[in-house]
Amino acid sequence: MEICRHNENLEIRELDPFLAELLRQIPESTQPKDSPGAEERLFSPPAAPEERVLCAEWKLYVIPELRRLFQSATETVRDDLQQLRCTDKPFANCALRIPMAHADAWLSALNQARLAIAATYQFSDHELCDHYRSPLGSRRDLSLFQVNFYGFLQEIILREMEGNASQ
Amino acid sequence: MLTFFMSRLRRNKAVQDAALSAADVLRGALEMPTIEKQEATSEEVEMPWNVVVHNDPVNLMSYVTMVFQRVFGYPRERAEKHMLEVHHNGRSILWSGMRERGELYVQQLHGYLLLATIEKVG
Repeated sequence: MEICRHNENLEIRELDPFLAELLRQIPESTQPKDSPGAEERLFSPPAAPEERVLCAEWKLYVIPELRRLFQSATETVRDDLQQLRCTDKPFANCALRIPMAHADAWLSALNQARLAIAATYQFSDHELCDHYRSPLGSRRDLSLFQVNFYGFLQEIILREMEGNASQ
Repeated sequence: MLTFFMSRLRRNKAVQDAALSAADVLRGALEMPTIEKQEATSEEVEMPWNVVVHNDPVNLMSYVTMVFQRVFGYPRERAEKHMLEVHHNGRSILWSGMRERGELYVQQLHGYLLLATIEKVG
């Protein structure tokens, strides 16, 4: 895999089918089914439970707005991921071009996915720091790899955004 | 979102009184929803509130620093200091002041998926 900046895009070239599949899974990973832990983490309370009025109003007015915000970012990423629909050669390496104008949407969707997966599997701090664990052992190992791979992409995007800002 | 902040503003006595007198004037001519008066002491309204960010092992340190810079306009050094405080101490007070503004900050931080809460000072 090669990552480079080309004009106003971040290009990921020579993306192997396994990593391409992990990228395709970003949108659905942001909304894991049957995972109350993920829902609680993505929509955490704004104050201690004693602040009943604030917490109630938050649920009523803010959470729907946050949901729309997160959904909008995910849709942008889903559209960009259409590039990975390799129909003619399904096992060939492919490329993905992320417009820097979509950087915020990618950061959000990757973060949603990482937080939702981590909450679903309740990874420990120790596991989250284990960057050398093979993704092949179990579904849990694969999910941990997914969290770390998405984190790596976030770092790349942040670095590029910083480079943009300092220019 | 606007509805949320209008409802929060209703807690402020001055805004509340102004809204009530305006409502009295207009009520005769228009069908208006009743604005309910909520009691809050001036101490409750004016007491400073803290915006606190709590540690989360998943959010990247560089991402958290960027969010602090964006939301609070802090320079990088100050944003990093708060990020490290969150990382090492489990929490950091990012801002103190009036409640309504604090709630707006918390909402922005939640938009970036940080664990943030508003707390009364003291």
